[in-house]
Amino acid sequence: MSTQLSTQTSKEWPLWEVFIRSQHGLAHKHVGSLHAPDAEMAVNNARDVYTRRNEGVSIWVVRAADIVASSPSDKGALFEPANSKVYRHPTFFPMPEEVKNL
Amino acid sequence: MDAKVNYLLRLGDNALILSQQLSRLCGKGPALEEDMALSNVALDLLGQTRLWYEYAAELEGAGRDEDRLAYHRDAHDFKNCLLLEQPNGNYADTMMRQFYFDTWHYFLIAGLTHSSDERIAAIAEKSLKEVTYHLRRSGDLVVRMGDGTDISHAKTQAAADALWMYSGEVFGYDAVDQAMVEAGIAPPADQLRTQWLAHVAEIFAEATLVMPPQDAWMQSGGKQGRHTEHLGFILAEMQFLQRAYPNAQW
Repeated sequence: MSTQLSTQTSKEWPLWEVFIRSQHGLAHKHVGSLHAPDAEMAVNNARDVYTRRNEGVSIWVVRAADIVASSPSDKGALFEPANSKVYRHPTFFPMPEEVKNL
Repeated sequence: MDAKVNYLLRLGDNALILSQQLSRLCGKGPALEEDMALSNVALDLLGQTRLWYEYAAELEGAGRDEDRLAYHRDAHDFKNCLLLEQPNGNYADTMMRQFYFDTWHYFLIAGLTHSSDERIAAIAEKSLKEVTYHLRRSGDLVVRMGDGTDISHAKTQAAADALWMYSGEVFGYDAVDQAMVEAGIAPPADQLRTQWLAHVAEIFAEATLVMPPQDAWMQSGGKQGRHTEHLGFILAEMQFLQRAYPNAQW
């Protein structure tokens, strides 16, 4: 994606990342990105491009420039220490049927 | 022809012709997102066309179905308003045509949800959400273009002026309209006109556009099958395959 390019060239609309919570969904999921001149149009466009106007959905849009991502080179330091400590993962208990979405 | 069938065909023809016009812009929108939106609106309108035609064909009872109505009628049988057959032009022309229509369409459909005809009320109920979105979108774009750059302002004002003479036909009141209003099927035309003028004035003020004079000459004839020179070309393209291979299954 030409994220860098689009924020630098003033004539191009800025890039927005789109998060959508579907009708029965519990959380907003990143579904893609689009270009729009401002937040209101980004929401409108997200409706057209990503939801086909299904009812009961919630849309978040955020400027791509406002997102800070972790660096792939930090992967080891950030995530690997968790792998060797199985006691951090509650995987030894059978979960009751009634408990959903945990 | 039965007034109600006639009225339903008018509703269907308006939606079909505008849908066809918007479909021609597929892949030509000024941005990918606008392109999607135009196609979405076209699809909404096509869906509405099918519902109106289906009901009209049923009432008519002459063995015609939605395809027959769309593909086997010539220009003088089409009852769409002249506004909708006007060329796409530039994007300001397209969006102004859309805005004039959407404003009327929204208030009409909202009124039809209270129709004494249950089937019409049900179709209107289903269409209202779509039409509400169409109006929000085209009003928003008119404001953005009118209150944008000097060039976009000039183009939007030019579109508003050029299409104005076709904006009043929808409020025309002939025997068919009168029968529908008297039967409680359709909302009164003067009520729609008041609502239409108020909304257009509000959006134009926000868009820094000058509203053309309300007593200007209004061209009409579409509802009676007297069209501008554009409709024949639209139909020639739209109906070609069915004309070449009549009644082919597809």
